[in-house]
Amino acid sequence: MSYEMAGIIVLWLFLYGYLIVASVDFGAGFFAYYAKQTKKDHIVNQLISRYLSPVWEVTNVFFVFFFVGLVGFFPDTAFYYGQTLLIPGSIAIVLIAIRGSFYAFENYGSKKSPVYMFLYGATGLLIPASLSTALTISEGGFIQVKEDNVSLMTSKLLTSPFSWSVVFLAIVSVLFISAAFLTYYADRADDQPALRLLRSYALIWSFPTMIASLTAFIALSQHNMEHYQNLIDLWWMFGLSLACFSVAIWLIYQERHYGAAFIFVMFQFFFAFFGYGAGHLPYLLYPYVTIQEGATHETMGLALVISFILGLCLLIPSLYLLMKMFLFDADYVKGKK
Amino acid sequence: MFEDSVMMSRALTSLTLGFHIIFATIGVGVPFMISLAELIGIKKQDPHYLLLARRWARGFVITVAIGVVTGTAIGLQLSLLWPSFMQIAGNVISLPLFLETFAFFFEAIFLGAYLYTWDRFKNPYTHWLLSIPVVAGATLSAVFITVVNAFMNAPQGFTLEGRTITAIDPIAAFFNPATPAKVFHVVSSAWLTGAAILAAITAFTILKKQSSPYHKKALKLSMTATLIFALLTAVAGDVSAKYLANNQPEKLAAYEWHFETEAGADLIFFGTLNENNEVENAIRFPKFLSFLSHGDFNSEVIGLEEFKKDVTPPLWIHYLFDGMVMIGMFALGISMLYLLFERIRKWNEENRLLLWLIFLNGPLAMLAIELGWILAEVGRQPWILRGYMKVAEAATTSPNVGWMFLLFLTLYLILGVMGVGVLRKLFKDNPAELELEKRYPNISKKDDFK
Repeated sequence: MSYEMAGIIVLWLFLYGYLIVASVDFGAGFFAYYAKQTKKDHIVNQLISRYLSPVWEVTNVFFVFFFVGLVGFFPDTAFYYGQTLLIPGSIAIVLIAIRGSFYAFENYGSKKSPVYMFLYGATGLLIPASLSTALTISEGGFIQVKEDNVSLMTSKLLTSPFSWSVVFLAIVSVLFISAAFLTYYADRADDQPALRLLRSYALIWSFPTMIASLTAFIALSQHNMEHYQNLIDLWWMFGLSLACFSVAIWLIYQERHYGAAFIFVMFQFFFAFFGYGAGHLPYLLYPYVTIQEGATHETMGLALVISFILGLCLLIPSLYLLMKMFLFDADYVKGKK
Repeated sequence: MFEDSVMMSRALTSLTLGFHIIFATIGVGVPFMISLAELIGIKKQDPHYLLLARRWARGFVITVAIGVVTGTAIGLQLSLLWPSFMQIAGNVISLPLFLETFAFFFEAIFLGAYLYTWDRFKNPYTHWLLSIPVVAGATLSAVFITVVNAFMNAPQGFTLEGRTITAIDPIAAFFNPATPAKVFHVVSSAWLTGAAILAAITAFTILKKQSSPYHKKALKLSMTATLIFALLTAVAGDVSAKYLANNQPEKLAAYEWHFETEAGADLIFFGTLNENNEVENAIRFPKFLSFLSHGDFNSEVIGLEEFKKDVTPPLWIHYLFDGMVMIGMFALGISMLYLLFERIRKWNEENRLLLWLIFLNGPLAMLAIELGWILAEVGRQPWILRGYMKVAEAATTSPNVGWMFLLFLTLYLILGVMGVGVLRKLFKDNPAELELEKRYPNISKKDDFK
């Protein structure tokens, strides 16, 4: 396998990792705020904070890792995306900054404030919306290239049905993934009231997730026929995704095996995300940047792959340790530690 | 100026980095002190030190949060504001950038583990061990990101033809000549600042309330660390000057207003320049610049006259250099003085004037970090990649940078003000005496508040 292929697979894996952990985090912020507004906070907020507190910082690193890796493996993306994403990128940064720091102010500071909580919950939905802009732009048709100058056609982006369908999909997916995970976590904690509430969230948000996936699919066919055709050729990936989704919903509906249900949710998004990614190749930004032409030199690519493997040897055991200490430690989850 | 995207890109990058390095420096300097305090506490079985580690860690998390989010900001802004630079340099410096995120990842994982496992293990050393990866991760991310910056000062390991890079040697780019001196200086000064700030907080508490064995121990520990790191930083500064004299003479010459190449060059302190670029009203240390540059009072030091005017940095950075060096000397002096007072029984180390000076030393150390950083960055002007690419060719052409500057300015103002507010409240609502009593009820009261 060529090193640029290895590079993009690794990066896509990290983006997928971010999709899962960040969704849990973003959705949790929203549910925590919603529960407070509907006076149900005593049911779920202890649980949410027990999960989030030790891991909130890790979530962010997945994202940093992805974009630093992308620029490293494919420096051309820095030029094209950098030139065009100044405004959406800056908005995303500001939202991430508000969210991250206000989480710490709320949880480690001495004062609990509803304002902090509102900002924390609201940004959790706005961040995926603003980050999904990058995915929309990657489909082409939203940027203008003149000589050495690249710019974003903002009004076109804002009026495109495709870009809004992606935003919608991003937000409902976040809520669905998060509810599915928290249902499992509540089950681990043996917290029946929280479990009932979160289970209903998971079931409710499964519907818009399906609808949004279909809408985005249709909108894509209107926007980028070539990519759409590639996706049709990869139909089995999306079939698997749908099957995993059905199993997950069935399990949650049947009130059993919540852990397995969440794993099926992860597979659902895994297949959909990788199917989408595979159909997008060889373009990183249609039609200007491909993985072959945009890639860094072979020597640097190799150095990055090596450092990546060494880094993983360090990261995987540490992540395992973290999960063992906080996620899979029954006493901690139940709040006894 | 608001419309000029190069100017505004520079302004926004300076703003973000200037704000970020406050928290980044704390992020590198403080974990070491926390780990040290906990180790001493376990070794001596002294609850004072254990509480110290706990309280420092609690405040530290708030600063980490701001550090993480502003770090994410600058990470993305590199590509958003300097797309052409990243397109070329990204090829060559992605290795240290990538490694930096690994170090950051590692630190993030163990910081969470460390904070949530205080009383969880039977053997106290197990918890202390979790602080080691935090210290290592924090230090290594400083090392790697400094390598990236060093590369911009001394680019090597690639061949550039037009705007295409034709050959790359990642290892050569990584170990560029600027790396050792920069890494040494950055890490030692961050440790110094971490210790100085913790000492300043303790000194302030003693001044405002009263002293207790807890505060005495905190002050002694942080001041001893300040002395050691101040010495280390002085050595690092010397190494940096020698590196500059040999590799980037125009930078050192601008620092020192050294116009003519000469042997036995004087070191100039403060002063003014007249219209003929002659130095007036300055304090001169005869032949000291030669000594600083090459370790020999009669060696030759290259002057600014050897360079074309359009590739030399602005001359006002001289004052920053003087400021940085003076603050470094102040940190060294004040920590020596404190330890002298502490040693000699008859002298009171909690002399109010001394405490005020120790308090002052904290913010000053942070100021020196800012001065030193501006000095290093502006000293490289007009280059973004010395010898290869000028700043003006690297910036984004987007017309909206000015608005983004205002957006981020507002953000940092809010984060700064709220961060300080949250930190103050955190410690005001829960003074050390109270927490000590709650956590360690067996400690005799008399021993604590004499």
